[in-house]
Amino acid sequence: MDQAIFYGLALIAIVGALATIFFRNAMYSVLALVVTFFAMAGLYLQLKAEFVAVVHIIVYAGAIMVLFLFVVMMLNLNSVNTIIRSNVNIKWIAVLVGVGMAGILGYGTYLTTLPARGVNSTENGTVKVLGKMLFNEYLLPFELTSVLLIATMVGVIVLTKKEE
Amino acid sequence: MILASVITFKLALAAILFVITLGIAAYSTYFERKVAAFMQDRIGPNRAGPLGLLQPIADGVKMIFKEEHRPTGSNRILFILGPSIAMLTALMTSAVIPWSPKFFEIGGQKYALQIADINVGILYIFGVLSLGVYGILIGGWSSNNKYSLLGAVRASSQMISYELAMGLSIIPIILGSESLQMSAIVESQHEVWNIFKYPLGFLIFLICAFAETNRTPFDLPECETELVGGYHTEYTSMKLGFFLFSEYVNMFASSAVISTLFFGGYHFPGMSLLPAGVAVLIGVAVLFAKIIFFIFFFMWIRWTIPRFRYDQLMHLGWQVLMPLAIILVVVYGAIFSFI
Repeated sequence: MDQAIFYGLALIAIVGALATIFFRNAMYSVLALVVTFFAMAGLYLQLKAEFVAVVHIIVYAGAIMVLFLFVVMMLNLNSVNTIIRSNVNIKWIAVLVGVGMAGILGYGTYLTTLPARGVNSTENGTVKVLGKMLFNEYLLPFELTSVLLIATMVGVIVLTKKEE
Repeated sequence: MILASVITFKLALAAILFVITLGIAAYSTYFERKVAAFMQDRIGPNRAGPLGLLQPIADGVKMIFKEEHRPTGSNRILFILGPSIAMLTALMTSAVIPWSPKFFEIGGQKYALQIADINVGILYIFGVLSLGVYGILIGGWSSNNKYSLLGAVRASSQMISYELAMGLSIIPIILGSESLQMSAIVESQHEVWNIFKYPLGFLIFLICAFAETNRTPFDLPECETELVGGYHTEYTSMKLGFFLFSEYVNMFASSAVISTLFFGGYHFPGMSLLPAGVAVLIGVAVLFAKIIFFIFFFMWIRWTIPRFRYDQLMHLGWQVLMPLAIILVVVYGAIFSFI
């Protein structure tokens, strides 16, 4: 049962991700990506990480993709052909970056030994455990990330503010 | 065996809640017209059945039998997907609302009248809420109409803006009850309802709830005077019905969330004096009474306050409610950590 759900979700995630790339219509691409995010949230739920799953939905599907959709609608980007055709080199750079990224991630996954599933899973992934971990073990990275986000926010405000 | 009976219990609960939600939403449309009539010194619907009570059924039948129309150049799949998503997300919210204390015993364990007591219940509500905008966005965009598109764009920017203040306004509650679980938040209000502890948080939450459900004075996405019908201009028949209906379902869900977060949910004064079974029964009735009051409140405001201008809306969201909510978080954070 557990495995069947996992493979189902994984299949949806992969099909959604491929659809994101292959759709010509930017609107469909965005919606396919939303489907992928839902499938991934389902995978988190299977690992009993309710908090991560819900936050994943709120942040990615609920905020970021809505903004994407917003931009696609406002600029009426029905077809992305023009951008790609204008510069052929971009395609090769994209392939290079993509393969490099996949290589790094794959190597990283190969090196890490993942913990076995289902170990003391009643407490795993609850807000309490996650909060304690973030504010004890991983305090420095966590705070650095927040500084990074603040810097981005300030940067965006400065860029969009009109000169007076 | 126990698992099977728990699943049956939950499924039955979901089915009952589904029917109740639709019923209340349907009668909200009738209620809205009666309230409007009362406020404007008219009679309101009184033709279908005694006191016009069959009006929602007549409206529903009318909606279903009307001619389907799809504008040329619209996107067929997304045009149908829009209202479906709007309805789906509207119905999903009430799944985490606890309707009663833990009382029903199945296989030695007590269960509440609550479909899913997930430990991030309140975040789930915000998640579903943030998905609600997809229905409007997709519907508005796929209509291939500039008014629809403008309505959809307005709806999405409005929802994104008010979601932030809304999320911040409940942080004091989460700090106070030390949990994100809906049942724990309700239990923490056994002595004092949250409204007395966090009045300002309630005010911010209430304003944002109006904005999130696209009700007046925040109904700019479907502002008739500027945008014809806004995002549902091109919709006809039951697809239009779904959009209109999802607004009422949303109103029911928001009222339920407001009652649960700020007004003690199923708690009522003198609850502990009564025997448990009676208290549970009255508790469910009390919760529904609170919800119906808030639905009435939504209507009351609609027929009292005129619509905002768009820049006023953005100003209120970002420059008034957001800073207020942030101050609230800081103040209550200080109170809870030092006292």
